[in-house]
Amino acid sequence: MTTQIISDIDEAEKGTSLWKDAWLRLRKNRLAVIGLVTLVFFIVIALITPWIAPYSYQAQNLDLGATPPSAAHWLGTDIFGRDMLTQIMYGGRISLAVGFVATAVALVIGITWGAIAGYAGGRVDAVMMRLVDILYALPFMIFIVLLMVVFGRNMLLLFLAIGAVEWLTMARIMRSQVQSLRQQEFVEAAVSLGLSPATIIRRHIVPNALGPIIVYTTLTIPSVMLLEAFLSFLGLGIQPPQTSWGLLISYGAETMEEFPWLLIFPGLALTLTLFSLNFLGDGLRDALDVRGSRD
Amino acid sequence: MALLEVNDLAVSFVTRNGVNKAVDGISFSVESGKITAIIGESGSGKSVACYSMLGLIPMPPGRIDGGTAVFEGRDLLQLSESELRKVRGRDVAMIFQDPMTCLNPFMTVGKQLMEPLIYHHKVSQAEARERALELLDEVGIREPESTIDNFPHQFSGGMRQRVMIAMALINEPKLLIADEPTTALDVTIQAQILHLIANLQTKRDIGVIFISHDLAVVADIADEIVVMQQGRIVEAGDREGIFSNASHPYTQKLLAAIPSDSKTPMAETPEPLIQVRNLCTWFSQGGKQPVVKAVNDVSFDIRRGEVLGLVGESGSGKSTIGRSLLRLVPVTSGEVSFDGTDVTALHGNALKDMRRRMQMIFQDPFASLNPRMTVFDTLAEPLLLHGIENRKTVTAGVLKLMDDVGLARAFVRKYPHEFSGGQRQRIAIGRALATRPEFIVADEPVSALDVTIQAQILDLMQELGREYGLTMLFVSHDLAVVRHLADRILVLYKGELVEEGTGEQLFEHPQEEYTRSLLSAIPGRALLA
Repeated sequence: MTTQIISDIDEAEKGTSLWKDAWLRLRKNRLAVIGLVTLVFFIVIALITPWIAPYSYQAQNLDLGATPPSAAHWLGTDIFGRDMLTQIMYGGRISLAVGFVATAVALVIGITWGAIAGYAGGRVDAVMMRLVDILYALPFMIFIVLLMVVFGRNMLLLFLAIGAVEWLTMARIMRSQVQSLRQQEFVEAAVSLGLSPATIIRRHIVPNALGPIIVYTTLTIPSVMLLEAFLSFLGLGIQPPQTSWGLLISYGAETMEEFPWLLIFPGLALTLTLFSLNFLGDGLRDALDVRGSRD
Repeated sequence: MALLEVNDLAVSFVTRNGVNKAVDGISFSVESGKITAIIGESGSGKSVACYSMLGLIPMPPGRIDGGTAVFEGRDLLQLSESELRKVRGRDVAMIFQDPMTCLNPFMTVGKQLMEPLIYHHKVSQAEARERALELLDEVGIREPESTIDNFPHQFSGGMRQRVMIAMALINEPKLLIADEPTTALDVTIQAQILHLIANLQTKRDIGVIFISHDLAVVADIADEIVVMQQGRIVEAGDREGIFSNASHPYTQKLLAAIPSDSKTPMAETPEPLIQVRNLCTWFSQGGKQPVVKAVNDVSFDIRRGEVLGLVGESGSGKSTIGRSLLRLVPVTSGEVSFDGTDVTALHGNALKDMRRRMQMIFQDPFASLNPRMTVFDTLAEPLLLHGIENRKTVTAGVLKLMDDVGLARAFVRKYPHEFSGGQRQRIAIGRALATRPEFIVADEPVSALDVTIQAQILDLMQELGREYGLTMLFVSHDLAVVRHLADRILVLYKGELVEEGTGEQLFEHPQEEYTRSLLSAIPGRALLA
């Protein structure tokens, strides 16, 4: 809206928003940029896997069995003679989807919940946060196992289950952010202008609280992916014939003495992704922290 | 011979936007037994100059480009880090603006005073304690025996600054550097601390560098004054010379920026726009702690078109009164009637409409603007919210506001962090004016600004006040500023009204003891009047 309306002021200088400023700083952090590039690379691969995978997902070759990396199968084959590269590419689709979707679920619930509790304060805040405390206290493995047993195992439920656990921390971070922002004079100014609480939260509070949230998000995605890997490893997550990195690692671990490549390559894919996210999160924390880097 | 002889000192900071010459070849000297004041606005390099001599600026980005700083025959700039550390601990001591951040909150004051004695001078526990008690007594802490084992938070701001001064004196330094030591303090406390520093300096015959942004503060105590602007010394001389015939235009501008006149009150007495009756705003601290009676049974009128000044020290409840009128804090009891409507009883749309008619300008322009919104968004928000402009006309409305507050139109798409303090305060004023209010509460609107900028903003507010026909409640701790601006002045002490009158009445014939003590604490009154 803004750009359109003031396009007629031709002499207007374009300002540097804090977001742009943070981006300029992030660009100078080499590890974070490498992390970002690697991540984008994995995501793009995951998106176009069905068109570029060297073999069909179902293609088996029982006669071939497990073979080490070769020209035909760059990352080798598993005990059913399936191409590992194809398996890892399809597994990545699931793992990344779980990571991003479950985190998104956590983000939406956590930000809304935390912002409302923090802004309302008083009794509303107390009730909302006690609920968070109670959920925190539930042993979460039992919670997920119960969900899986009652509703059967499916992907959507997995997203929801993990998201439902991860939003708790998000809500706490958001609440503490909002509580300190609420004391700021620009929020007081917004109140005295007559803005409604919903508008104040949306326009004045959430944008200013996003920095720590973004950083925490980049740290949540890896933990969610690990969680999925862990659940799949236990047989509670993704079910064959679908696969994920966690599941591949689980199978690889069973045969790691005979066929180490079945463990190494999916493990490498997961590790690289987690490293990338962590470096990116680290870089973002430095870039978004205005105090630390006002040069 | 001078105690400290600075010659052609140059310091710069290397940033990604290029090299910034913070200190650009300055020379001055400090004598034993004299107070040398370094005066300058923020960014003038006054602090950097002193910190760089002691190796206290981060390097990089800081860089000393040249010059000498000879202290007792040794050039400080050539010393190694370990030699410098000895100089800092023993021969040169510093006190800072905010004493709370310089004291360890987990150690008693006595322990913090004794530590360097035991560590550096190898004296016994008992001797150290004896010495600490003497020092506390010397800096004017009453009954040091009973307070020496208290923690820093148990002292008031002024008392903490005294403790800091005691800590600075413990190694008997020859040079004391005081960096804005009274800026965070109330005006009466400031007067006491200034007095203390001047006394100690005479008694111990040490050199003092007093860094300040405010010429008035040093008017009573400085022997020599050095005026800095943009890294250079524009003028230096003894106190009388600077105050009676400053030659450099910048110094003259600084002197002219100190308000010293009384506003002539309005001739007629129009009917009141706002009537405050028995206003109480109490804050509960939860649990069994007693409520804080921030504002207690206060009644006054604000007449249409007048500027009412509200003065008091921190904790007097002056800001709370302003916020109570605007319903930014919940009122405990009492009545605030605005043009016949009781503000304290409004809800929903009626309250929203009332908010349009009364606005606020805040103290800290760095905190009162949303850092993620451009000037355009900040100013357009109230215009659109109250239907003053529609989507098509809002640009013109925003530009009109920017013209009114003296901001270049080209800045419309910039963000708050890209502006200076004065420019930000202009944006904040524009936002307050956007709703076409009839009444504005200005809560210390200039106390976070440099002196010359203060004068500009005060002028702007006066001009806009006339143009928009505003009624204003001007809240400030600074009597001189209020006297310059306000038709009538209310003096507030511990949540209650003490005295009321025009500027002239209060300044010439104060009735109450408290008002008199406030007036006598105004720094540099004798020299500037």
